[in-house]
Amino acid sequence: MNKRGSILRRLMLQLVGAAAVLAAILFVLFQSFARQLAIEAQDNTLFASASAILESVSVQQGEVSVDIPYAALSMLGNVSDDRVFYRIGMGAVPLTGYDDLPGKPGADAVSWTDTYRGDDLRMVQVTRALSVAGALKDVTVVVGQTQGGLAQKLAQISRMAILIGAIYFVVASLFAYWTARSTVRPLNAVAEAVARRGPLDLRPVTKPVPSEMAPLMVALNAFISRLDRSLTRSEDFIVEAAHRVRTPLATVRAQAEVTLRRVDRQENRNALKQMIRAVDESSRAAGQLLDHAMVAFRTDHLDQQALDLGAIAAEVVERQTPVAALKDITFDVDIIAGGGFNGDAILIQNAVTNLIDNAVKYSPQETTITVSVKGNSLQICDEGPGFPVDDIHTLTDRFARGTNVGNTVGSGLGLTIAHEVALAHNGTLTLSQNPKGTGACVTLSLPS
Amino acid sequence: MRLLLVEDNARLAAAISDMLVLDGHALDHAGDLATARDFVDTADYDLILLDIMLPDGDGRVFLQGLRKRALDVPVIVLTARSEVSDRVGVLDLGADDYLVKPFDFSELEARVRAVLRRRGGATSNVQRIGDIAFDRLAGTLEVGDARIDLRNRELRLFEVFAANPNMIFSKTKLVDRLFSADEDVSENAIEVYVGRLRKHLTGSEVTITTVRGVGYRLSIS
Repeated sequence: MNKRGSILRRLMLQLVGAAAVLAAILFVLFQSFARQLAIEAQDNTLFASASAILESVSVQQGEVSVDIPYAALSMLGNVSDDRVFYRIGMGAVPLTGYDDLPGKPGADAVSWTDTYRGDDLRMVQVTRALSVAGALKDVTVVVGQTQGGLAQKLAQISRMAILIGAIYFVVASLFAYWTARSTVRPLNAVAEAVARRGPLDLRPVTKPVPSEMAPLMVALNAFISRLDRSLTRSEDFIVEAAHRVRTPLATVRAQAEVTLRRVDRQENRNALKQMIRAVDESSRAAGQLLDHAMVAFRTDHLDQQALDLGAIAAEVVERQTPVAALKDITFDVDIIAGGGFNGDAILIQNAVTNLIDNAVKYSPQETTITVSVKGNSLQICDEGPGFPVDDIHTLTDRFARGTNVGNTVGSGLGLTIAHEVALAHNGTLTLSQNPKGTGACVTLSLPS
Repeated sequence: MRLLLVEDNARLAAAISDMLVLDGHALDHAGDLATARDFVDTADYDLILLDIMLPDGDGRVFLQGLRKRALDVPVIVLTARSEVSDRVGVLDLGADDYLVKPFDFSELEARVRAVLRRRGGATSNVQRIGDIAFDRLAGTLEVGDARIDLRNRELRLFEVFAANPNMIFSKTKLVDRLFSADEDVSENAIEVYVGRLRKHLTGSEVTITTVRGVGYRLSIS
């Protein structure tokens, strides 16, 4: 079969790929949003702290005094062990704190990130106008804090973002797998329905399918009906061919036999007998070739039904009795009812007919053929020449015949057909010597 | 025995009817179904030999028609179709047996005999020869108080003699009747069966006598 790609794999790849991309985007968005929130939270604390410090700046007797409340700095310390820097100034004149802390002159309520003494600081600046000695002066408070706590928090957030992304990815992949499976399920259902069919079931497939599969089903059904027509044609052809070949053969044989009755000269009689043998050989070969083709066709797909091996054997024996009687051969039939088995009636009948026909053919006159059925095992024993020991294993091969068949007419297909039928039913065909002295035994065993 | 042969191949029909007439049967031949229907309507037959593929229809339809009209005449189908498919079909339609072409005449004869025996057949199959009675259908000889079951070949051999008492049959002719053309047998094989019949006939008026250098005949003393 020429396989190219797999719908299931392609669907899985595409859906899982999409889930991965979405998970990555989710991770980035979540992280940047969380980072922004964290920075805002730090800014708010810094503003609160700066405002508290600014509140504590007062003018007493014309002098600016600063009394930094403990809470103003401790609220920063609570967050983490980050270092905090501050500067209070009036206009450009520093009042207290780190004089060299950078600022944004004249700005009120701003926040930014800056570098100070080798650390990245988050800075805020608030400004208020104070009346000092009758004049309005701008008092500025700048508070900065290192970002260790923030980085820690961001790392935590990242881990969370990765976890959320991963969970999303796993859940989305599971859904993708389920989707892909349910997409290919109708395909499998149709394949199974077609595979389960019997050999003669050539009806169109009517299983409901999704609309996307409709063109495939139309094509499949068109193919089935073409196959049906062509099988019918070849079946008609085989019937017609058999008719065309056998009717003239029958004419030749009948005329030869009539003539044989009227002719006395030994050479002429021998010639006529040769002719009759030739007709028998060709008609037998033609018949068994057709049978063999039919058996090969049917063994691919057995038409199973409940069968009783004893009943089939009894029927075949009854039909062969008049032919056997011509040589005064009698059947000794012993049937112990078995459990029955499932098989193809036409095939089993054909196999049993071939075996009993063989026994009659190779039996000397006035002998007995023993047919015994025990359960699902049929044994046929004759008192003929038996199987040659050397080729007992090759006799079921196509066109193989024993070295001791003498002048008996045969095609070498009888045992082959029986053997193939046995194999098709998971059974066995065993050839052995008749334990009662000379003769052949054939055992057909079928599983129940 | 009166037979109807329904067969469209004229040469095959001629050969079959030659053979059956040689064996002492009366035979009508119909080349198509219409003729066959006419024959069946006007005469009673002991048995019909019916081909399947006929120019004006299917022999199986004819068979169904017979059985629908409750005509119980035994039918043996002659088929040239595959040996597997359809063979059960004709039996289901009411045929008594079937033969696949080409067939051996002795097989045809054997099947006819088997069918007639199974059907119980006509009442007067018993032929009296001298002080013995011969039932060809049951295959028995009554000699004195004894009733002897004949084996198949003994039966067929005695049938040949009984059909023409006092006629001389050569060994060759008798071998032709008893053995299939496929079998390699010497003419002396016939002596075994003649010997057995003589043993069965011991103590009756009927004997099988040897005509030196010519053959055998049935004679009544």
